[in-house]
Amino acid sequence: MSEPSKMRPDPPALGLLLVAPALGMVLALFVYPFCLSIASAFTGPDGFPSRANFLKAFELYSTDILFTLLIVISATVLTALAAIAIAGTLTLSASPWLVALLKALYRWPLFIPFIVAAQCMRTFLARNGLMNNTLVSLGLLDPAMAQSFLDWRGIIITFVWKQTPFVALLLAGAMASLDRATIEAARNLGAGRVRVLVEIVIPQVAPTLMVGLVLSFVTMLSVLSVPMMVAGSQPTMLTVDMAFRINAYGDYPVANALGVISYLMTAVAAWLYLRHSLRAEGGRP
Amino acid sequence: MTLRRLAGFVGKAAVIGLLAFFLIGPLANLLLWSVAERWYTPYKLPVTYGLRYWEIVFRPTGDAMGSLMTSIAIALLVVVVALAVSVPAGYALARLRLPWRTAIMIAFLLPQAFPSIAVYINVARVFYGLGLTGTITGVVLVHAAHALVYSVWITTAAFAAVDRDLELAARNIGASPLHTFATVTLPLAAPGIMASAIFVFLESLDEFTGTFFVGVPQVTTLPLLLYNASMGGNYQIASITALILLVPSVAFMLVIERFLRADVLAKVGR
Repeated sequence: MSEPSKMRPDPPALGLLLVAPALGMVLALFVYPFCLSIASAFTGPDGFPSRANFLKAFELYSTDILFTLLIVISATVLTALAAIAIAGTLTLSASPWLVALLKALYRWPLFIPFIVAAQCMRTFLARNGLMNNTLVSLGLLDPAMAQSFLDWRGIIITFVWKQTPFVALLLAGAMASLDRATIEAARNLGAGRVRVLVEIVIPQVAPTLMVGLVLSFVTMLSVLSVPMMVAGSQPTMLTVDMAFRINAYGDYPVANALGVISYLMTAVAAWLYLRHSLRAEGGRP
Repeated sequence: MTLRRLAGFVGKAAVIGLLAFFLIGPLANLLLWSVAERWYTPYKLPVTYGLRYWEIVFRPTGDAMGSLMTSIAIALLVVVVALAVSVPAGYALARLRLPWRTAIMIAFLLPQAFPSIAVYINVARVFYGLGLTGTITGVVLVHAAHALVYSVWITTAAFAAVDRDLELAARNIGASPLHTFATVTLPLAAPGIMASAIFVFLESLDEFTGTFFVGVPQVTTLPLLLYNASMGGNYQIASITALILLVPSVAFMLVIERFLRADVLAKVGR
């Protein structure tokens, strides 16, 4: 498309002037406090640069740092598997009734706010929640064996429940726009549906899958309501520890050190994503 | 062969059934709690059903109605603030010559791209010095900054999807740039701007973490009320509040396709 002729070129200053208020909000309400949190994390009690806050953070919360990683990584992996299964079924299944039912079902949690999801799970996963009660009523679970899932497992379940529809929606969209000819050709040559999914479909939608997973990963590291409401006990996530450091002790330096640790986790995820997408770019003819 | 097909059907039905149980079960539990007047341990279902807690929540003088009004007022103000800065920014990003355009677009994504709790903690600290903690203004600013990615990116896409020839035609017959913007560009971009307003409204309505650090104890929005009720063991109030929060989310998502057309959607983030 050719650039249409203009009456008169607008001065570059006008564009910047119009963007300035919005950009100013991001600078004042995100960039500035973000820098403050890093500065505070690296400042010792005497006002000089120090790593004392990190040593204290590791001493008090190393278990929770590991559990945060365990929770977000396993939730991301499970989300990926569930989303691939759902999107793959939607794309490759030969049963129209299965596709129709799945389509009607899988999107529900997408529109549900995290705090509502947390409240749902707080009742559903409890020892006497609807999940255990249903299993007991069906004779699948001995009442004496019923246990509460309101701990780190509950956090993983809630995250997977909430994020799978989002990733599956992105994936199903990407799979729908694939060239059907290769899929049909592989099927005609006798490849099973699972093999077609793993060897032909997934490699082509991998960039979309990665975007969805990185966004989910960051979201899981940011959400405070789910770990606070679903898991009442230790070990828990860094988000809860940060809130506790502030509300119980007013301890900003250690809370900020934990914050920097969670930024680093995001940075690693972003780096893996960028490396993957750059390699994909480089591999292209 | 028929036996294999039958086995396949049963297998698929079992998987769908299990999926339905895990998808619908938590929501069913929420609904049950909202109409359970008494429900305690040996019983698998509520002992007595009733709408007593609905009456408590919707009592005009109750906490819940106050929180609902606070939440809606904050969300509307957030929409006004976000659109006031995003409409000019979106127009500039879509139409004007702008240095570092990509960097500016990414800047609006930043608040959503990092774990936000440490940022909110420091915002609360800065706001404390400015007397903004526990005020509606403070909460509105925090919500608006977080929602800017929706309003800026979607308004940019909406302006970019407006046909440039229509603007040029208006200019050719003598309309001033401002007049052209007000009578041609803005009305044509209006559905997209409306869509961005809906996203911003929902983002603010459902926001918990920012309000938790900046708004407490004076500003109690619906998510804060839900949290307090739930942690206090009052599952009926918590469940009813959760259902109230679900209504706008589901309703807006059902109508969003009318505002967010495919040609605008294709330009989001570009």
